[in-house]
Amino acid sequence: MMRLELVKRPQHSVLFSAISPLIALVLTMIAGAIMFSILGKNPLDALYYYFIDPLRETWSLHELAIKAAPLILIAVGLSVCFLSNNWNIGAEGQFIAGAIAGSILPVVFPDFQNWLVLPLMLAMGMAGGAAYAAVPAFLKARFNTNEILTSLMLVYVGQLFLDWIVRGPWRDPGGMNFPETRDFHAFAILPELMPSAGRANWGIVFAVLAALILWFVLRKTRKGFEIRVLGQSPRAGRFAGFSSSRMVMMAFLISGGLAGLAGISEVAGAIGQLQPSISPGYGFTAIIVAFLGRLNPLGIVAAGFVLALSYLGGEAAQISLGLSDKAARAFQGMLLFFVLGCDMLIHYRVRLAGRALRGGEAAKHA
Amino acid sequence: MSEMGAGVDQAHEGKGSELLEVRGLTKIFGALKACDAIDLSIGKGEIHALLGENGAGKSTLVKMLFGALEPAAGDIRWKGKPVSIQSPGEARRLGIGMVFQHFSLFEALTAAENIMLSLDDNTPILQVAERARDLSKAYGLPLDPFAHVGDLSVGERQRIEIIRCLLQKPDLIILDEPTSVLTPQEADKLFETLETLRDEGKSILYISHRLEEVKRLCDRATVLRHGRVVSHCDPRQETAASLARMMVGDDVDAVRRTGSVDTGGEALLEITALKRPAANPFAMPLRGISLSVRAGEVMGIAGVAGNGQGELFEALSGEVLQEQAGAIRIRGRDAGRTGISGRRLLGAAFVPEERLGHGAAPQMRLSENLFLSRHITDAGALVGALGTVRSGALAKAASRIVKIMDVRKSGEDPEASALSGGNLQKFIIGRELDRQPAVMVVNQPTWGVDAGAAARIRQALIDLARSGSAVLVISQDLDELFEICDSVAVMHDGRLSAPMPIGEASFEKIGLLMGGAEPKRPESAETA
Repeated sequence: MMRLELVKRPQHSVLFSAISPLIALVLTMIAGAIMFSILGKNPLDALYYYFIDPLRETWSLHELAIKAAPLILIAVGLSVCFLSNNWNIGAEGQFIAGAIAGSILPVVFPDFQNWLVLPLMLAMGMAGGAAYAAVPAFLKARFNTNEILTSLMLVYVGQLFLDWIVRGPWRDPGGMNFPETRDFHAFAILPELMPSAGRANWGIVFAVLAALILWFVLRKTRKGFEIRVLGQSPRAGRFAGFSSSRMVMMAFLISGGLAGLAGISEVAGAIGQLQPSISPGYGFTAIIVAFLGRLNPLGIVAAGFVLALSYLGGEAAQISLGLSDKAARAFQGMLLFFVLGCDMLIHYRVRLAGRALRGGEAAKHA
Repeated sequence: MSEMGAGVDQAHEGKGSELLEVRGLTKIFGALKACDAIDLSIGKGEIHALLGENGAGKSTLVKMLFGALEPAAGDIRWKGKPVSIQSPGEARRLGIGMVFQHFSLFEALTAAENIMLSLDDNTPILQVAERARDLSKAYGLPLDPFAHVGDLSVGERQRIEIIRCLLQKPDLIILDEPTSVLTPQEADKLFETLETLRDEGKSILYISHRLEEVKRLCDRATVLRHGRVVSHCDPRQETAASLARMMVGDDVDAVRRTGSVDTGGEALLEITALKRPAANPFAMPLRGISLSVRAGEVMGIAGVAGNGQGELFEALSGEVLQEQAGAIRIRGRDAGRTGISGRRLLGAAFVPEERLGHGAAPQMRLSENLFLSRHITDAGALVGALGTVRSGALAKAASRIVKIMDVRKSGEDPEASALSGGNLQKFIIGRELDRQPAVMVVNQPTWGVDAGAAARIRQALIDLARSGSAVLVISQDLDELFEICDSVAVMHDGRLSAPMPIGEASFEKIGLLMGGAEPKRPESAETA
């Protein structure tokens, strides 16, 4: 009888740390192809529309950057949380909180128009996201509540609050009763990078900058060491003189702030106003991005584009093949599944082992 | 040795008939042969010692016998018949019982409830208690079946495990390092119990690295080194030194305690009426501990595990702060409200009991683990502008420590978990010694460390003290304390006895204090 055995490696494998996300991508493609053929579509066509078609035109590359920017911004923040063993699942809520806080100026004070507006909006967006993330952080640091539950539940609070505010107090007075705020004025719009070529705005620049800064902090500095050691072995971290509860606050504030920045960049950039729904689940997809990027900010930049592609590809396949948009979500789910599964290869070796034949079978009856 | 014909029927003949015979038993973990073609035979009514250093393969061998690990090759004969032991349940059905070194008891349940949980049938609790009481009387293992485990001493918990094992009516009982948690007096009682069991014809496989007790108790011994059998012998015919040579394969350098202590040295670590409430229902409170350690002195704290040593260490290191700043003074400065980094800056260094996960982060490299305890004290050398870690300086310092302490490792800068326990401990101790701390507090410096590394660590601690530092060693190993300490105090039930100079101490005196005999306590240690 043959069986698969997992043998623990003496040290983690550098090779598999690098290629396990790629293996996961390939496995996701295979599983996706199987899913498409079960849905009655030609799997090759489907994969083409998902992964190739969106890359063929300049304007759609710009769309890719628009989708990737919030994913990367949120995911690099999450990487700080996850590395320090803080499970912030509520980035979607912090994204919305940042979008609302940042929109106060253009919506409530539309007559305040000068070049100060945009920087203030961005700062307020970060503050809003950070403040919203501070709630589960405080509850965890002070009362030892489970941050997975509290941060996740606050997502729904945030979504419903947004829904209420755009239908109620912030509804555009001249908007024919549509549930949306007034359009942001010109000073409140995030400029496009190359207006002649496509819609991509400064959001993607913020994202790459954030990734570079956090990569430096995590890899090269004592703060980064503190984040990693508290995440890997809290007791050794305490022995090093670091404080777990302060780290909880810091990790949530950074990740909430970046999610908030992503939120305000999205409404000030691609959307241009507040609507009942401003995110196709960026906050949740960013969790996949963070893991696909192996919690390394530079890896996350690459992973952000891959997941952004799955959003665009989902739209393309919906239009061209009539595939449900839920297929894109299933695709992302499979990707996370395979990424986490392949991570096992970093610490374990798979071995095909024949079962040792021993004279013991007969003795069982003795 | 008898051949396979010797079965149950001939068992009455005594030593001649083998209860368990093992041939060529092998277990491989990755590249490591944890057990390499082990032969072992245990006769009926025999106490058989399994000797070896940590990492020699004792635990692996025993786990295969108890069905917890599957051998890669070799066969096991039980009462003359070949068997394959697939699970601990099967081992128990065959008649093999085991008492583990680390107990698996639920602290919130009573002794009888814990025993009941391990029985396959649904025997009513009162009946279980009754049988446990009978056994405890018959074998001199006093135990109240209705006491909560959380309230019991380590020795009493071990009795629960032994009784739980005896209830299964085993023919072979495996005991893994049973005396490592007992006072010398408790150990004596255990030996009487084991001798009673032997006289009833039960066999015992006794795992230990304490040579004197093996010589005293065991009929035969099998010595393992690096996964191989180096000798089958009669321990009574051997000397402790010859057994040690077989285990280690080499003569171990004796530790040199040179020079006499200057008793007039300045007190560098002063503990005054240190109290700490229990953090949880099963933790030990500290009930007013006073002690001072002078420059040039190695002070030992003896005691059975779980009497507050871990709590004391955390209080001293500053991982837990005190209410009064004066409760702990380091080099004459109040440190009770100062965290661990601040205490390090005052000149103190700490080595906790647990290496992986406390003293070192398992998945981090040695150089990173050096940074772990030195990033504040050596910030000038190790931390650059913008808070960057200066990895070059770090690597240089790490390789210096590796060289001085003779740390054996594979690769340039391996992860901490890739090192053996002894080598990691040498690194962790070396990391602190490298700073020449004025005060060094070490909890279980050589726990689970092989003899060669242990000797090196002990010598390093003595040398540090002789160079003018105050060294406080918390240890369960009395031999070690007698070897290196100038004075010893005993911890029991969250209290500390007055220290006695090592010249006046004896195993018996210390043992009595460990067991809770009324110690002479300094005035300030009285609890309110």
